[in-house]
Amino acid sequence: MTAAVLFQSVSRHFGAVRAVDGVDLSIAEGEFFAMLGPSGSGKTTCLRLIAGFEQPTSGHIEIFGETAEGVPPYRRNVNTVFQDYALFPHLSILDNVAYGLMVKGVGKAERRRAAEEALAMVALPGYGARKPGQLSGGQRQRVALARALVNRPRVLLLDEPLGALDLKLREQMQEELKTLQKTLGLTFVFVTHDQGEALSMADRVAVFHDGKVRQVGTPEEIYRRPRSRFVADFVGSSNILSPALCAALGLGAGTASLRPEQISLGPATGDRIGLTGRAVSASFLGPVNRLTADCGGERIVAALPAGVALPAPGAEVTLSFDRSALHLMEDA
Amino acid sequence: MRSEHRAKAPFGLKLAAGLGLLFLHLPILLIFLYAFTTEEKSYRFPPPGLTLEWLAVTWGRADVWAALTLSLKVASLATAIALVLGTLCAAAVSRSAFFGREVVSLLVILPIALPGIITGIALRSAFSMADIPFSFFTIVLGHATFCIVVVYNNAVARFRRLSGSLVEASMDLGADGFQTFRYVILPNIGTSLLAGGMLAFALSFDEVIVTTFTAGQQSTLPIWMLQELIRPRQRPVTNVVAMIVVLVTLLPILAAFFLTRDGDSIAGGGK
Repeated sequence: MTAAVLFQSVSRHFGAVRAVDGVDLSIAEGEFFAMLGPSGSGKTTCLRLIAGFEQPTSGHIEIFGETAEGVPPYRRNVNTVFQDYALFPHLSILDNVAYGLMVKGVGKAERRRAAEEALAMVALPGYGARKPGQLSGGQRQRVALARALVNRPRVLLLDEPLGALDLKLREQMQEELKTLQKTLGLTFVFVTHDQGEALSMADRVAVFHDGKVRQVGTPEEIYRRPRSRFVADFVGSSNILSPALCAALGLGAGTASLRPEQISLGPATGDRIGLTGRAVSASFLGPVNRLTADCGGERIVAALPAGVALPAPGAEVTLSFDRSALHLMEDA
Repeated sequence: MRSEHRAKAPFGLKLAAGLGLLFLHLPILLIFLYAFTTEEKSYRFPPPGLTLEWLAVTWGRADVWAALTLSLKVASLATAIALVLGTLCAAAVSRSAFFGREVVSLLVILPIALPGIITGIALRSAFSMADIPFSFFTIVLGHATFCIVVVYNNAVARFRRLSGSLVEASMDLGADGFQTFRYVILPNIGTSLLAGGMLAFALSFDEVIVTTFTAGQQSTLPIWMLQELIRPRQRPVTNVVAMIVVLVTLLPILAAFFLTRDGDSIAGGGK
């Protein structure tokens, strides 16, 4: 099957800055693909390369099997939902949504009907006559979505679309976006710096750092088997066990990652591996409490379920975890 | 803008302000008054009588019509050139970063800061050196140098407020460069262009100094007036023409003022 979007060692340099540096990616049709990374990691530049606002310095990009280099944004069958929504302030909501159809020469009645339909799809029916300035942030976000979707793009690009929304609204929009994507069967490429968002929404996640893709995989793969210290740290939080500690525990050579919630309090039984140390601090967080312990000079953080009595700082503690919870990383 | 009532100004300040305004505008009213005087050789006050005959005399003078047509043509063409070049320049300076951008910005504004006489002499010697005969087009070029500044200044302010992603959004939705300009950029900068264009027109219409240096045998309306003042024949005709100049330049400037006054609400509506 042809990939919806294919990157072959794509680089985009701005002077000496390597914004995107030798990226290989293959995004399947109908996939909800997240590009996750801190700011300046190259994820937005990758999105702009797909949209056509940037041209690669080197490498090759294909969109549904067609070469994308040199094709201007207006000849690509992809649409973008911009971070600041970029609604046209001088046009009504209906004209904003119908804009793509208008420039393609679709008749007035037809594009009106399509725009109304798109507005109904994003739960904003009857808002057509208003101006963007009269809408709230969440509503503008929906208009931006409708304006992109009305063109029936083969790939929808979303540049941190939920960044400007408050938490409640953001969670609601996450649900809606996911539902919309499944109903329409569209390919979504979603840029975010919020790992929770990426893990909960995406079918697959690419973790970006310094212009490079560090790991691509399903949210579970990324979370359970981070390939590097950066991924382990950036996606969720993780204990990084040094080669010395790994060796001392008889786990082999290398650096390992251990998720805090995989650790429990109490001596090892059966196949479990035990660690002894001294409690450094304990904090109450609600459903889960966090215990930091010093085990032979290494900080180990354990997330303990509520109800487990937390040891006092300075007390001797015994921690244990399942051998399978430990993941040896390819590169530290 | 409606200002709230704060402390009342003292009488002396009000008087000074009133006198200042009178000083600025009374001479202009006198010009209007002498357009209707019955005495044609000297300006005596008060005028011995009032008449409308000079309007008819002016109407019948071919040299007035020639000067007026020339001025309108020059102002229109200079404004048109300024609109195109000023807008392009403003777009380049505000929408992209390039080496020497600030210098370009300064150099574009410079002609209006330079004394007109310098611009005039510079252009005159440049035209002579290049063996370009003085004509209608040399006047237009001379005027365009400062008309561009006015358009540029108006457009650049509006461009800066225009969110860059609007252009990208338009392209993303399938609009090519021309469509993006027509449907997104023009509606957002339109009023500022109209205002800039009107100011440019008004500036060109009453320009004297640069015109003296760049014109050949023709005279624009202000030049014609200057020549006319020296001759003591049918003096009130000059005053009638002055009245027309005031009207032709004042109306666009007022319109430009009202157009740009509400600009913020138009361009800032999207944020």
